[in-house]
Amino acid sequence: MMPDLGKYADTVLSAYGASILLLIGLVAISLWRGRRVRAEMDALEKRMRRDG
Amino acid sequence: MAASEKLNSLWSYANPRKFLAVTERMLPGLWALSGACLIVGLIWGFFLTPDDYRQGSTVKIIYLHVPSALMAINGWLMMLVMSLIWLIRRHHVSALAARAAAPIGATMTVIALVTGAIWGQPMWGTWWAWDPRLTSFLILFLFYLGYMALWSAIEEPDTAADLTSVLCLVGSVFALLSRYAVNFWNQGLHQGASLSLDKKENVADVFYIPLLVCIAGFVLLFIALVFYRTGTEIRARRIRALEARERAGA
Repeated sequence: MMPDLGKYADTVLSAYGASILLLIGLVAISLWRGRRVRAEMDALEKRMRRDG
Repeated sequence: MAASEKLNSLWSYANPRKFLAVTERMLPGLWALSGACLIVGLIWGFFLTPDDYRQGSTVKIIYLHVPSALMAINGWLMMLVMSLIWLIRRHHVSALAARAAAPIGATMTVIALVTGAIWGQPMWGTWWAWDPRLTSFLILFLFYLGYMALWSAIEEPDTAADLTSVLCLVGSVFALLSRYAVNFWNQGLHQGASLSLDKKENVADVFYIPLLVCIAGFVLLFIALVFYRTGTEIRARRIRALEARERAGA
């Protein structure tokens, strides 16, 4: 159940919202780039093995 | 095992293959533990702790502000250690780890600045003040941006690692300054440390334990992200090397 944040509800919720958004964004971008680079490296290594 | 042998075994992690093998084994546990600490700490802090008699419910912002500020400063200090290892021992993994840590530290600095501003508006009556700690934190953020821009701007990776390492040494002054600004100048709006090894300076017990859990979550998340992103940087470097070899063979 949501706690009673009183007159500072907007303050507290906006601080949590902004921070959680930034943390999720950081993790998502890191994972997205990590997977992209890994796929690119695998494809390149495969191509180099095939071409000798 | 003698100290020199222990140190030599530590340097073996500078081998990219060994680093990737070890960190990939550790990462699932680190992700799970950091997620668990963050979820438990934030739920505990947000839902189960009382309001402060002066700050009201805004005290709940402490669970985000203090850990992120801590990681903003310590992230830069971690980059300093990695940069020194690069400058002295020329281990590529250390330079890439410093590069990988910069966006994480920059995000932590933004979280600390944003949550501080949001808290400051009702408590201090202003979003921002040119207070020593706030100003040194803003400068630290600019150093993070400059560090990342310098890495991207230089084509040759070893030169980029050299120059960013020097920038990191300079920026360390502001990382330390932002930690001790309140003590150095003893003026401005920002209060002293919320946590200290000296128990007298700590926040009240009811806020203390969830705060420690949140700090543990932020530290573990930082480590997990540095390991993961360093792995990405190692692979990106290998791609560049393979492409260069391919071009030379063509």
